Amino acid sequence: MIEIDNVHKSFGDLEVVKGVSLTVNKGEVVSIIGGSGSGKSTLLMCINGLEPIQKGHIRVDGIEVHDRATNLNHLRQKIGIVFQQWNAFPHLTVLENVMLAPRKVLGKSKAEAEALAVQQLTHVGLGDKLKAFPGKLSGGQQQRMAIARALAMSPDYMLFDEATSALDPQLVGEVLDTMRMLAEDGMTMVLVTHEIRFARDVSDRVAFFRNGLVHEIGSPDQVIGNPVHAETAAFLKSVK
Amino acid sequence: MFSTSFTWNDFLFLLEGAWVTLQLTTWAILLGTVAGLLFGLMRALLPRASLPLAWVLDVFRSVPLLIQFVLFNSLKSIVGLNISAFTVGCIVLGVYAAAYFTEIVRSGVLAVPFTTRRASRSLGLSYLQDLRYIVLPIAMRVAFPGWLNLVLSVMKDTALVMWIGIVELLRASQIVVTRIQEPMLVLCIAGLIYYVMSLVVARLGARLEKRWQEND
Ligand SMILES: Nc1ncnc2c1ncn2[C@@H]1O[C@H](COP(=O)(O)OP(=O)(O)O)[C@@H](O)[C@H]1O
Ligand SMILES: [Mg+2]
Repeated sequence: MIEIDNVHKSFGDLEVVKGVSLTVNKGEVVSIIGGSGSGKSTLLMCINGLEPIQKGHIRVDGIEVHDRATNLNHLRQKIGIVFQQWNAFPHLTVLENVMLAPRKVLGKSKAEAEALAVQQLTHVGLGDKLKAFPGKLSGGQQQRMAIARALAMSPDYMLFDEATSALDPQLVGEVLDTMRMLAEDGMTMVLVTHEIRFARDVSDRVAFFRNGLVHEIGSPDQVIGNPVHAETAAFLKSVK
Repeated sequence: MFSTSFTWNDFLFLLEGAWVTLQLTTWAILLGTVAGLLFGLMRALLPRASLPLAWVLDVFRSVPLLIQFVLFNSLKSIVGLNISAFTVGCIVLGVYAAAYFTEIVRSGVLAVPFTTRRASRSLGLSYLQDLRYIVLPIAMRVAFPGWLNLVLSVMKDTALVMWIGIVELLRASQIVVTRIQEPMLVLCIAGLIYYVMSLVVARLGARLEKRWQEND
């Protein structure tokens, strides 16, 4: 379970998350939608401690993420994150990209890590690209590799930050399919996305972010189909 | 018919000079690479704490090498340091190479996108693991052409050590020229030796670089 409790986050004087509370239960898929600059990416990075917070609490499986005593390297093993820019490691092959963390972080043997990586890469449809370098792949393939890389750590949670926003339109589908597959497998996920239809399809709940706050949250049919707030309706209209 | 007083022994004498040139280059590059790597990492990762280091290295990069050789050599006599001119040559060239290599490494490390590092940290890699498995390998590929250039330029800069009394390739050819008075021929041969040495280094480097580039 991810518990976000009255979290405040500033960059210098600029407060970008202004008291967000949100709980994501085991097996739940929660989508976060909202205008650019509303603090969605920042909140995601606070969840696995990539960004510090100034106030409030974030607990993952009861562990205080922002407690000084928490071993973040350890905690991050169970929280996968996929970014808008896929961030491949350019000097490693696709297979090595996925094997790296299982080997160096989890201490798996080469053979174990390789078997794991092959399995994940096959799962996302990259079984024939193992020896390729990321630079030779399309954006969609690189993003699927990034997903496999995160999954190879066997995370309990997956965070997606606009995983399809940087892709050419014809490549969006393959990545969304991979994410959908994951949701159907029961993965606990938090997705920041502009793909409203997709969010409505796969989410258990949808949160609309505005000005660093959860402005509206509820079932997808309610928030997307029948929003309570005028701002939510206006946002939905603007992205359609 | 072409006739010359240049003998096989003269040629061997030049080769001996070339051997000194190679040794100087090797030691200087070794020192420069190790120190430059360390300093460059410090400059990239701890930019504030290492600022004084940057000022010192700036001095070594700005003052002409010849002046550094002569000054260090005199300093050696003044403080009574008991080291050979050859060692002085290696140290001065090595520090000079380190000063340049520091900047090359620094920009290599800074060329690794912040987002790439964040991605590796998000997988649970520690700060040091990120450095070792992500930052350094990427930075190395960025820095390599600059390093190769540095090797080639240090090889030529070794010629300046003759001013502190070391007989390397250029000084050796001068000695031969003085004796047989055929400067054109001797300098052509010396130039050719420099060329061959550089060519070998450049070729080896290009091969390595090509292997990396096939990956991108
Ligand atoms: N590293 C940073 N330093 C300073 N400001 C930042 C940084 N990252 C994000 N911001 C600012 O925080 C605000 C929220 O950004 P972000 O969380 O990326 O929004 P969203 O993902 O909803 O578009 C923006 O105004 C952005 O400019
Ligand atoms: Mg964002």
